[in-house]
Amino acid sequence: MAIAGTKVNPKKFHRNQIPFYLYLVPIAAFMGAPILYIINHAFKPMDELYAFPPKFFVSNPSLINFRNLFQTAAGSSIPISRYIFNSLIVTVAVVLLSIVISTMAGFALSKMKFKLKNTIFEVNNAALMFVATAVTIPRYLTISAVGIMDTYFAHIMPLIAMPVCLFLIKQFIDQVPNSLIEAAQLEGAGSFRIYRKIILPLTKPAIATGAILAFQAVWTNVETSNLFTSSEGIRTLSFYMNTLTGVGTVQGQGMAAAAALIMFVPNLLLFIVMQSSVMNTMAYSGMK
Amino acid sequence: MRTNKYTPYLFLAPYLILFTVFIIVPIVMAIGLSFTNYNAIQTPAFVGLTNYINLLTQDTIFLQYVLPNTILFAIIVGPVGYMLAFFLAWSLSQLTKLPRTILALIIYSPSMTMGVAMTVMWRVVFLGNQSGIANYVLTQLGIITEPIVWMLNTTYILPIVIVVALWSSMGVGFLAMLAGLLNISPELYEAAAIDGVKNRFQEVFYITIPSMKPQMLFGAVMAVVNAFQAGNIGVMLTGSNPTPQYAAQLMVNHIEDYGFIRYEMGYAAAVSVGLLGIIYAFSFIAKALFLEKD
Repeated sequence: MAIAGTKVNPKKFHRNQIPFYLYLVPIAAFMGAPILYIINHAFKPMDELYAFPPKFFVSNPSLINFRNLFQTAAGSSIPISRYIFNSLIVTVAVVLLSIVISTMAGFALSKMKFKLKNTIFEVNNAALMFVATAVTIPRYLTISAVGIMDTYFAHIMPLIAMPVCLFLIKQFIDQVPNSLIEAAQLEGAGSFRIYRKIILPLTKPAIATGAILAFQAVWTNVETSNLFTSSEGIRTLSFYMNTLTGVGTVQGQGMAAAAALIMFVPNLLLFIVMQSSVMNTMAYSGMK
Repeated sequence: MRTNKYTPYLFLAPYLILFTVFIIVPIVMAIGLSFTNYNAIQTPAFVGLTNYINLLTQDTIFLQYVLPNTILFAIIVGPVGYMLAFFLAWSLSQLTKLPRTILALIIYSPSMTMGVAMTVMWRVVFLGNQSGIANYVLTQLGIITEPIVWMLNTTYILPIVIVVALWSSMGVGFLAMLAGLLNISPELYEAAAIDGVKNRFQEVFYITIPSMKPQMLFGAVMAVVNAFQAGNIGVMLTGSNPTPQYAAQLMVNHIEDYGFIRYEMGYAAAVSVGLLGIIYAFSFIAKALFLEKD
């Protein structure tokens, strides 16, 4: 027994845990409150949005804000389905491609022997600190030089290489036993076959984590639409939602809340579904 | 494993090409452009250190608002946010699995509200009239008598931006530290108790932190990145760049102001390089604290 009654990851409740609840629950309440408020707000009919004093919880939930949101979209030149379609293409492409290139690179960095191995991993570690907004201008110039301005590629290409995905996946692949790979090699399997048959199946939790991080980076991204595209028809849902977020009018407020919910909920659901994979991956996230 | 000479590079090629084009090249370009005068139309003209000299001597907005704001913001959201993340993760690790998972999910969820959701949420909360929930609660508590127009009030913008940034900062680093805490072997704590560790404070400093240094470092790096990525919150909340009277103007906003509004890209690049330097300095400190020496 360690310090009386304390234990990390305890199996059972003990009264010594009560002090932790006394501050963790209020903190969690403070952190969750704005989210809960916006969820309620999105379902408030007009009179409740107007209500004074303002109410936290909705009493007669309605879908009017969502209907208004889609009607406003119908009035503009580009149908909302177009933005949704663009977002789906871009999101799926970024998530899939970043997983493919990160697992391939992670496999090489973790299991193969070559000269520049440590250098490349160190450079990638330094790039974990890369803040894209700091070099927005040269990124803009690069994208225009590559010639992908105002295409789907402008949304996709700059986001695929994610240093944090490669880092987490590489650390996870380190746990795959070398004996497994050697046995496969003895049976004549090539590198690509080992990648597909051993590495990919055994790194599922890290792949799920990488997918979530990539999804979060792309789904809510407004910058690529703002900076790297000029035609409306190629922009994404998050960009469109962002244009609706003026909360000046009461009706606007309800619509904005509905828009916020549409952007937030997929993120939340994805994380809930994959949270145990994420925690499993994070156990190997240490930087040595 | 044994491979021929080219296989590793074949596997690395797709990542490395994109990494170089969209991460390395822009950084190198920023450094190059920072020594030039460039308006995005004519070819850049080499001006030596002029941009840096102007930045540190002539740019009153930078010296008066942007730099102090950035330092205050970075210190609170970075190191303070990091300590808070560790403290919360440590507290959560003392609970049983189900309540821990639920509380961790709630604490993590704000970091998923990047962009639109975050902007809307806080604009609605800090609505500038009496029907805004923040104004209403504060009036009820008797703290204020008149509703505050939060997003135009220069006294409150920066504190609000800092609170929102802290609120959303319990992200990947927080999860990594929580996972690290849960993986420390219980025997270590038992041995420590026998060796005379008496209270939780000693336990954290002598056992917990030393046994999860790698996760502590990863968490620190993520905290630094998060602090600087969150730099856009002020512009998003107030809806304008520059923020009203530069009250919440940070270096990230200053770069966009010069780069995309005034088209002084050489100068903006010099600010970028300064920002990257500051980020690097923070990470240097984190490494000095937590990197395990061989």
